[in-house]
Amino acid sequence: MTTGTDYCQTFVDKAKAVSAIVTEVKSDDEALKYVIDLCDRKEVCQLLVSGCERDLSDKAEKLCDLKQKKVIAAPGLKKPLYDKLAEMSAKAGFECIDSGMRDHLAGVDIGFTYAEYGLAETGTLMLDCPGEDMRLATMVSEFHVCVLPKSKIRKDSYAVEKMMLTRMGKTPDYLAFITGPSRTADIERVLALGVHGPLELHILLMED
Amino acid sequence: MQKADNLKEYRDELRESLDNDFLRTTLDNFAVAYRAGRANAFKDMDVRGLIDEIACSKDEATANLDALYREFKEKAEAAGVHVHLAKDAQAANDIIAAIARKSNCQKIVKSKSMTAEETLLNHALEDEGLEVTETDLGEWIIQLRHEGPSHMVMPAIHLSRYQVGDLFTEVTGKKQDSEIEKLVKVARRELRQKYVEADMGITGANFAVAETGSIGLVTNEGNARLVTTLPRVHVALMGLDKLLPTLHDALRILKALPRNATGQAITSYVTWITGANECASAPDGKKEIHFVMLDNGRSELAKDPLFSQVLRCVRCGACANVCPVYRLVGGHKMGHIYIGAIGLILTYFFHGKHAAKNLIQNCINCEACKDICAGGIDLPRLIKEIHARIQDEDGHPLPSILLGKVLKNRKLFHTLLRTAKWAQKPVAEKDGFIRHLPMVFAKEHGFRALPTIAETPFRDRWEEIRPVVDNPKYRVALFSGCVQDFVYPEQMEAAVKLFGAESVEMSYPMNQSCCGLPVQMMGEMKASREVCVQNLRAFEAGGYDYVITLCASCAAHLKHNYPKLVMDTPSLALKAQEFADKIIDYSSFVHDVLKVKAEDFVQTGGKATYHAPCHLCRGLDVHAAPRELISTGGLEYVECNEEEVCCGFGGTFSMKFPELSAELLKKKLANVEATGAEVLLTDCPGCIMQLRGGLKTRGSSVKVRHVSEVLADNRRK
Repeated sequence: MTTGTDYCQTFVDKAKAVSAIVTEVKSDDEALKYVIDLCDRKEVCQLLVSGCERDLSDKAEKLCDLKQKKVIAAPGLKKPLYDKLAEMSAKAGFECIDSGMRDHLAGVDIGFTYAEYGLAETGTLMLDCPGEDMRLATMVSEFHVCVLPKSKIRKDSYAVEKMMLTRMGKTPDYLAFITGPSRTADIERVLALGVHGPLELHILLMED
Repeated sequence: MQKADNLKEYRDELRESLDNDFLRTTLDNFAVAYRAGRANAFKDMDVRGLIDEIACSKDEATANLDALYREFKEKAEAAGVHVHLAKDAQAANDIIAAIARKSNCQKIVKSKSMTAEETLLNHALEDEGLEVTETDLGEWIIQLRHEGPSHMVMPAIHLSRYQVGDLFTEVTGKKQDSEIEKLVKVARRELRQKYVEADMGITGANFAVAETGSIGLVTNEGNARLVTTLPRVHVALMGLDKLLPTLHDALRILKALPRNATGQAITSYVTWITGANECASAPDGKKEIHFVMLDNGRSELAKDPLFSQVLRCVRCGACANVCPVYRLVGGHKMGHIYIGAIGLILTYFFHGKHAAKNLIQNCINCEACKDICAGGIDLPRLIKEIHARIQDEDGHPLPSILLGKVLKNRKLFHTLLRTAKWAQKPVAEKDGFIRHLPMVFAKEHGFRALPTIAETPFRDRWEEIRPVVDNPKYRVALFSGCVQDFVYPEQMEAAVKLFGAESVEMSYPMNQSCCGLPVQMMGEMKASREVCVQNLRAFEAGGYDYVITLCASCAAHLKHNYPKLVMDTPSLALKAQEFADKIIDYSSFVHDVLKVKAEDFVQTGGKATYHAPCHLCRGLDVHAAPRELISTGGLEYVECNEEEVCCGFGGTFSMKFPELSAELLKKKLANVEATGAEVLLTDCPGCIMQLRGGLKTRGSSVKVRHVSEVLADNRRK
């Protein structure tokens, strides 16, 4: 069987071609540090979620008001890793959550996840998210940061077909291919990132 | 949505679009950018192979629609989903309204679905007092404007940022400027609260996978993920044609769909939903999910031997992206609800004859859509077949009947052409053009000069010019087609001169007639078939190595349509196939078979550019041969921008829609003039008629010639 790393360069090229920000990390700890640094750097002077600086209808503005603090959402993490992240967040003055995403629909700053597979052909992340907190964390976050172990990179969708079928067999299931940030070209065919979902997608390629 | 009652009103609507500068510029830019983007997305892939595989798998699914539906329903229900079958649009809308009532839903968020457009779902739900919000940015914009989509993938492509800015000012009650990035942010926040409030989410589906009972959704904005996650009820409305046996079938289509639609390798999000998944706002923590499967004529269509291929469509919208007519007039005029070539066809089946009868005539038959279709659907053929069907049911217009009658009788047709030569005397100029257009053509035909009928047709010159060839290398028959027989016989004579010199023995069967394409274009299928049979008889003496024609349209029609026209008659079908196999166009014959060499031609070195006739480049897949012949034949070939885009002739199309023909010609000639070439070469007398007529009217000095004429002139004696 061909190993994941053979497709690594193709994956990086394809992901970058669709505006994903790809960085290599050596360990989980390095990934956590990346998240905290990114959250810290993000809009230093303002807490506002994207779009809330615009003149909005009264109802839309009300939803904006709900967000008062920088938030990191990491619903799918293993317990020890989450605890570590929560501790680092507290130190930095951010709120860290692993559930209750519906209380944060105004938006969170960072959604932090681990991908199950990467598809080199298209630079795609495969994330199984039967739980709704995971889905919401990857959608209402301004920045989605996703760790992808290099060994999990496969050639294309056909190569993960069996794995998909296994997950779909355990109903109910909600499986996602995510490729780059949310985008639209619906006004004059001009590309704009972050229409409903994340404005940025950060992929952390991890040696393993 | 075009609302014309008759062709005249439809032409008025088309003229309105032609005057819309913003639309024209947008669609021009899009057409050019799309071609490059798609080519890049498919780079290093076997596109043809992929399309063939998709066509096969969709055909198989279509043939097993009932079984697939049963399997899908069983699997989905086992996973906790309610599955409904709706026989028509009304039934689908009623089912969804009933779900809303039963589950006490008031506010609905929706992601993009062409099927919901097909059933006019939003109107039906709003009539029930429900609040429906489209969340795809483009769909939201057109919903707020109370319009239909003008493109299947980019529904608001007809609108400018300023129009959107004004619209958003109205919606938010706050002044919005027109910067796109900012407008997108406004939509992000305005729609976010809609998701929060909604109790029902409605989506379409790109795939319904029978083996797992799953649906697949392909989106860029990610709105479908929110629509399927936040509200407690999810309804997915999809046509039965979305059913596929396996996940692999879906993944295969996914390789082509985004690439063909927008030139993306894949969209930002692809969502696979299986079963009643977790939902915190539902009473039992599980989402209530309904799959509404729409028939609306699909199961009937699946049984039709010819039209079942319509169900291969994956709704990528590429047939509009490459359509030269769409590019001129946009989706509101080139469709009813479904848009582009497939839109003309689906309108007839889903929205009826009345909605389709004008639209169906607006196909120039350039085959650009057929060439690009992700399902390999023979779109131009189906469009002509529907046109013929509507005429058979509603009666044929007089000019169409007359042309059919005339063409069926070769002697009458040729007599009329000979008579026309005398009739044109008072208006014929010495330069081969008609001075005034006859009264039958209104002033909108003035964009190009029309040629006169030649003094002596090719058939009358044949015996005199026929060369004697000793030890022939090849024995061929010539098919002249009407235009080269009666209008431009010199092009045929040029070919005869070269072939004679290259030791090709030629026959010209005198009983040959028009190839029949013009009547087929007008929906006269019976006449088309009769002409076909006459020509098959004329050439049956046979024994020819090749049948050569200098007209790309004749060649493509003889090669591809003849076997189809007589396929119901086994004895003729075989004959037609043998005949079709021998058909070759001039450039391919000279380049690939005769393999002429540069040393046999005087290298005159003038600059020449090329116009690729639709029926040569797409109809016969010939690309390199004529261009290489230009260089071999002694001229310097200069590439022209958009060389393979239609010149706007389209045979009888240019008579029916002169305004559109004129615009296509204008664009073509501007590109030609920009090359700085002195000569424009091509391989089709129809194109030559159009191009010469246009250049003459513009007062341009560029000369239009058939490739055969240059080669004959430059060949060393």
